[in-house]
Amino acid sequence: MKRWIAFCNILVKDMRTYYLKPPNISWGIIFPLAWTGMFFIRSGSGLESVLAFLPGVMTISILFGTTSMLAVTITFEKRSRSFERLLLAPISLELLMLAKTSGAILFGIVNAFVPIVIAAFLTDLSGIIWALVIPAIFLIAIVSTFFGLFIAVSVSEVFEAQTFSNFFRFPMIFLCGLFFPIMSLPVFIRPLSYILPITYGVDILHGAITGEHIMSLTLDFLAIGAFCVVLFMLSLSTVKRKWIS
Amino acid sequence: MPNIQSFNGLAMDVAGLTKRYGEVVAVNDISFQIGNGELFGFLGPNGAGKTTTINLLTGLARLDTGTINIGGINCTANPKAAQHLVGIVPDESNLYPELTGFENLCFCAALYGLRKNERQTRARELLATFSLTDVAHRKFANYSKGMKRKLTFAAGIIHQPPILFLDEPTTGIDVASARKVRQIIAALHSKGTTVFLTTHYIEEAERLCDRIAFIVNGRVIRIDHTADLLQPVKDRNILVLSISNSEPRISDEIARAFPGYQVQSTNRGEVRVESTEQIIVGPLVRFLEERGIQMTEARRQVPSLEDVFVRVTGIEAGLMKKEKEKVRGEGNL
Repeated sequence: MKRWIAFCNILVKDMRTYYLKPPNISWGIIFPLAWTGMFFIRSGSGLESVLAFLPGVMTISILFGTTSMLAVTITFEKRSRSFERLLLAPISLELLMLAKTSGAILFGIVNAFVPIVIAAFLTDLSGIIWALVIPAIFLIAIVSTFFGLFIAVSVSEVFEAQTFSNFFRFPMIFLCGLFFPIMSLPVFIRPLSYILPITYGVDILHGAITGEHIMSLTLDFLAIGAFCVVLFMLSLSTVKRKWIS
Repeated sequence: MPNIQSFNGLAMDVAGLTKRYGEVVAVNDISFQIGNGELFGFLGPNGAGKTTTINLLTGLARLDTGTINIGGINCTANPKAAQHLVGIVPDESNLYPELTGFENLCFCAALYGLRKNERQTRARELLATFSLTDVAHRKFANYSKGMKRKLTFAAGIIHQPPILFLDEPTTGIDVASARKVRQIIAALHSKGTTVFLTTHYIEEAERLCDRIAFIVNGRVIRIDHTADLLQPVKDRNILVLSISNSEPRISDEIARAFPGYQVQSTNRGEVRVESTEQIIVGPLVRFLEERGIQMTEARRQVPSLEDVFVRVTGIEAGLMKKEKEKVRGEGNL
């Protein structure tokens, strides 16, 4: 029980301190809105193309929202030494890191629903398989957060975390099938797509929203789940190696 | 207060603690035991290994060799095992700048699993104890240095730990705040809290600690009860003379003329005369005047732990304090 009191309070503190601040709320709304608008205008097609862009816009909203926040909540607290206070608390490192990342996961999930709400005004969403969309959003939020966590614990400065994140985030827009099908990429680039976790989440979303997915959904769920576990374990081992040395 | 298991009456048993950072041996084969309710001082200059020792004991650093037992729990393999028993006041404030004092304390209490009502009651108590009630709802970032230090101290004891680690708790804060902090340390000690105190203020260690360890270059070179440490200097008389000419040879001349006296020139234009017998000032004044040296002041000094520390470690106590204050930018004693 005591551990969960600590867990909930870390989560609530982070939500109040970082996520529910006006700049982040506006970031969570304006960013997905801008991406939706940009791709919609660029496509030159009618409202029927909204569904085709929705998986990519949802994913990009989650990815940028979660990874950007982790750089602050982890790296900044480590720099200011307040993270030490958490390390000294009588809770396991695993639970502590889950508490620190839960806020980002929730933030990512909320971000994903902004394009959905916008799309609801523009097109008919009745064909969407929500039973697949919801777990996919959840898993993309987790894997993006753990990816952000891994970067945040691997660097020592906030700007390094942002730079390092961008090094991966921007290529992912093109490599993970967000807006361009993986099959349209040159053959020699495709292996890169398959080693990036977002590919599998986007594939589930495409399957749930447009019915067009390139891999089996079971494989997608297993792969993204495995990436979640691996990224979290790598982050924990980095914290132990670098911060408790 | 969380219960502390009986472990031969010991709150802490540390053996052969060693920590290397590359080629540097930060902590070198340190062993000590601390009894339940004891106030144990760890005294040494900057870089001696005091903070590294605390980090090893609290799980913020991994030891290379050695064993740690805290409150009857073997923490060697699992440093987090006894974290519920300990409170830590680090050498620098590490609370959340964007939270108020009250919120910071409630948050720290929640980390130890205290329920909402308990957290708020305890936070209010501590804010009152540390005279911070008026600024309870001010953001931590806007606190003065002294207030930050006091709130950091309060956060360390929010869960009423039976064992408390204090890393330089009075460094860099104003005299009134330092005095308050020392009063609180003494009060906690009198209520039975085991305290591990690192400090470079020798007077502070002497005033507060039951036992003291001198640590230099990562090694503990002496551990003893404060009274026992003071024993060799207790019966000595010390006279410090401020003189117009502080050439080093004057101390040799005085020593030759007064064979019972040990004489030493300090770098502050003073001569320090020490003896087991009563030091008579008149002959010394005449001796100096005959050599054209004016004595502007003669003051008797009570032998202190500083003398023991200088003797044992060879480190000038004043230099140690100055060095630390240079880092912090402010002194307080």
